Amino acid sequence: MNWFENGWGLSLIVFLPVIGAAVVLAMPKAKEAAIKWVALIFALVTLALSVVLAVQFDYSAADTYQFGTPIDTPWISAINAHFHIAVDGISLPMVVLAALITVLVIIYSWNHWPEPHNPKLLLAFVLILATGMTGTFVALDLVLFFVFFEVVLLPMYFMIGIWGDTSIRTVPVFGWKMEMRLYASLKFFVFTLFGSAFMLLGFIALYFKSEEFLGYRSFSIVELSDLGAAGVFVGTFGMLVFLGLFLGFAVKVPMWPLHTWLPDAHTAAPTIGSVILAAILLKLGTYGFIRIAIPILPDEALRWAPFIGVLAVIGIIYGSFACLAQTDMKRLIAYSSVGHMGFVMLGIATMTDVGINAAIIGMVAHGLITGLLFFIAGSMSHRYHTRDMRRIGGTMVKMPKMGVLLGFAAMASLGLPALAGFWGEFMALLASFDPNPLIGETSLFRGLMVVGAIGTVLTAGYMLYMLRNVDFGSPSAEFADTPLEDVDTAEWLAWTPLVLLTLAVGIFPGIIFNATNDAVISLVAKAFGG
Amino acid sequence: MFDLDYHALLPEGILAITVLVTLVVDLVTRKKQLVAVTAIIGMFAALVPVVTLAFCDSLAFCTSTGAERVLFGGSYVVDGYSLILKGLFISAAFVVLLLSVGYLASDRYYQGEYYFLLVASALGAVVMASSRDFITMIVALELVTGPAFLLVGWRKGDEKSNEASIKFFIIGVLALALTLFGVSLLYGLTGSQQFDGIAAAAASLEDVPLFILGVIFVIIGFGFKVSAVPFHLWTPDTYEGAPTPVAAWLSVGSKAAGFVALLSVAYLALPSVASIWGPLLWVLAVLSMFFGNLVAIKQTNILRLLGYSSIAQAGFMLAPFGASAASGADELATQFAATVTYLVIYAVMTLGAFAVVIVIGSRLGSYELKDWRGLNMYAPGLSLGLAAFFMSLAGIPPLAGWFAKFAMFSATIGVGNWWGYSIAIIAALNAVIAFVYYAKVVKTAYFVPVPDGVDVSMLENVPVGGPIGFAIGLTAFGVILLGVYPGFAANLGEFTTQIFASAGL
Repeated sequence: MNWFENGWGLSLIVFLPVIGAAVVLAMPKAKEAAIKWVALIFALVTLALSVVLAVQFDYSAADTYQFGTPIDTPWISAINAHFHIAVDGISLPMVVLAALITVLVIIYSWNHWPEPHNPKLLLAFVLILATGMTGTFVALDLVLFFVFFEVVLLPMYFMIGIWGDTSIRTVPVFGWKMEMRLYASLKFFVFTLFGSAFMLLGFIALYFKSEEFLGYRSFSIVELSDLGAAGVFVGTFGMLVFLGLFLGFAVKVPMWPLHTWLPDAHTAAPTIGSVILAAILLKLGTYGFIRIAIPILPDEALRWAPFIGVLAVIGIIYGSFACLAQTDMKRLIAYSSVGHMGFVMLGIATMTDVGINAAIIGMVAHGLITGLLFFIAGSMSHRYHTRDMRRIGGTMVKMPKMGVLLGFAAMASLGLPALAGFWGEFMALLASFDPNPLIGETSLFRGLMVVGAIGTVLTAGYMLYMLRNVDFGSPSAEFADTPLEDVDTAEWLAWTPLVLLTLAVGIFPGIIFNATNDAVISLVAKAFGG
Repeated sequence: MFDLDYHALLPEGILAITVLVTLVVDLVTRKKQLVAVTAIIGMFAALVPVVTLAFCDSLAFCTSTGAERVLFGGSYVVDGYSLILKGLFISAAFVVLLLSVGYLASDRYYQGEYYFLLVASALGAVVMASSRDFITMIVALELVTGPAFLLVGWRKGDEKSNEASIKFFIIGVLALALTLFGVSLLYGLTGSQQFDGIAAAAASLEDVPLFILGVIFVIIGFGFKVSAVPFHLWTPDTYEGAPTPVAAWLSVGSKAAGFVALLSVAYLALPSVASIWGPLLWVLAVLSMFFGNLVAIKQTNILRLLGYSSIAQAGFMLAPFGASAASGADELATQFAATVTYLVIYAVMTLGAFAVVIVIGSRLGSYELKDWRGLNMYAPGLSLGLAAFFMSLAGIPPLAGWFAKFAMFSATIGVGNWWGYSIAIIAALNAVIAFVYYAKVVKTAYFVPVPDGVDVSMLENVPVGGPIGFAIGLTAFGVILLGVYPGFAANLGEFTTQIFASAGL
């Protein structure tokens, strides 16, 4: 297995999906069955490889980069950018999650094709997305990171634009009437591009600055993190660079007040688009904070931590209240993401190992649970032909299995102990009680903890509100006589792994912490000096 | 009389012969395709000596003369910089010829003269790349533009084409007059036509008002050529009215020639007075980016959209110049390389975009975006090409355009002062604005249903073959290769900077 450890295995995990996409695109459009199988096989092999990766991973050295290509693998020699990819304990869970979600999305698609019917193109986009997502999680070169970070934009743009919601919506401020999908796809792209353009400026500024300390210019995350640990990127320079990175990552997370693209994009996207967006794409932002912003600019991270913490808590409260005002089921779940990602960001803002561990398990849990919620919401709107919670009701009577699964996902989402969602929220609050003393704002963070705790109550409120409307009661007159099919085979296959993993992570959070803990402790120790 | 280095002049020689041969072939045959074939073969043949000159050191038959070959007493230099741009011009002209074949055959155009003029224009561009004095440069620049005046009016029966041609001509002559006026001032004050002579004298003239005036006039004259705002007014009308392959040549060949003029004059003749032209070009770059991008959003005709896009892209390419006001020699070299890298990538993606637009537009009989709706339903391959080239123009990885923007950002941030930072931030904002209209094209092709009353029979299940298909394939390959492995373009850019080492700057 030497080739596997020398970076070839990881490269395969990153690039197999895009090869699959090329194969799918080359196949004739009419051969739908063959296209589906090819896409599934490519995704399954990628998942299998990433499972092998997780098994072979040396957990006793989780803070080191493993399975990587050599740090000096050439890519763009003129700017000293390298094809350096590797996993450590922080990226490993995300890589596996990305590969898993890709497989589940393809399985779910088997007989749930959004209109207009075009499996070939849709599956090609799913596979390209997989490459972009995994690549971002393993890239250890800023230019490489940037490229992968952006690669996910186009397929998602197409997904929302082609297969999205066709209802008409009035654009705020301008007052134009346009189709939801057209509005949402453009908004998604423009917001993200805005952030990442400034992120790129920050990367380039670091590149030039590194020459003062290294003697050459470097885009290497490893080398720049070493410089960051030595505390060289400070002052106005550090502040401006951090601002650039912050814009790039915060739009992606999304943090309040940069979140407005998210409810539109999630609501307009086809089911599998929402699932990928919620489960993986949002994590690219939080991952960027953990992998790049904190290690390279620790002093600035400390300086900005209170600000980030406050924004995170505003996001929690704002997201929860917005949820309570929704009538559209998908939009409610979308706003719940704003709240949940607020907890993740609160964990990161504490700049402690507990907080960042909380953030990572929160990311994984949110991926599993919100992925499941979007799957179910998609299936229900497919059957009811509406997402309006005032019209849907009594799902427990009409489709008991679907109703139970929705109940399970909602419980997990509101942070019920023994389910995955609990750990991220609980530990983020715990970490806010005792934030990094170097921030010097302990009392502020304790205040944030209290407000965040109120947020968990609100979360329970809106999830129960959704369950009351959708699950309980008797079916509305509109659907009383319509026979509706309960959970079908493809749905079972796609959802069971998510349910099981939600339970597993909830009961044994160690399966995540085992990978992340050492890596996080070492990251925090390096950045903030023990 | 002269002991000439014939190898160094071989590309120009082959092109000059091709110009004449196309005329003769046109005279003796009625099969006008033969003229096209002659021009294409000539163009390809001219590429060969460019390659042998570039790799002279490793070729047995080639007498190496070091990094550069100086001819005509320093007025004409063949070095890495000029070779790369010659390669660019010849390749671009080659692709434009491929685009022209089907286009000209589709209607009653004069064919023989068209190829003659296009090759002549390409010859001008190739001479341009080696010019190191003002007289050679202006003659070369007018050899690029002169034939283009005629080519723009090639659709004789079309009023728009006539209007485009007249507009282009009048503005072109005005630009020439301004440039010549500026050159006469510079010559009078420095006593030299050659760039190295001017460079030597310039430093002491920094505060002389007439000298400053001369620099400003020269830069403004070139501003017309690269269609920078506020000297852009001819661009959208000309692109819309001209035969589309000619618009492609204007957008790539002629614009690149303008940039080469600007690069040579700014960095080779006037590097010591960057404090004069730097702020001026900062303003032009900012205006071009904002104006080009904002106006492009409102366009409904794809050719006009490409026209404004070309203005905005010129703004991005001017950004490194704009950052130079207080740069040292190293930064100047980086900025120079960034603009060259941008030019190379810009040429590939713009030619590709024009190629796809020509196929779709001519087969649908419309260049109005509203008639292009739902293109993906009946022409998925071409839609994919359209999306790829326009997203590359928008700078979205992994398509080549991202690296062009990257190089530009890197050159502007790298100067480490607010001339650079400010223009980098403005360019970043503009990259976002630009996405809106490039996305509009993609949206039209993919997200909207096919309208009634559009005749799609020419596109549905009709494969794109022939020269233009080859051109699309070539540029598509380039856009993906340069996007995934941009080191190639970056190396070309770096390679040109050896000129700074040899000039001792």
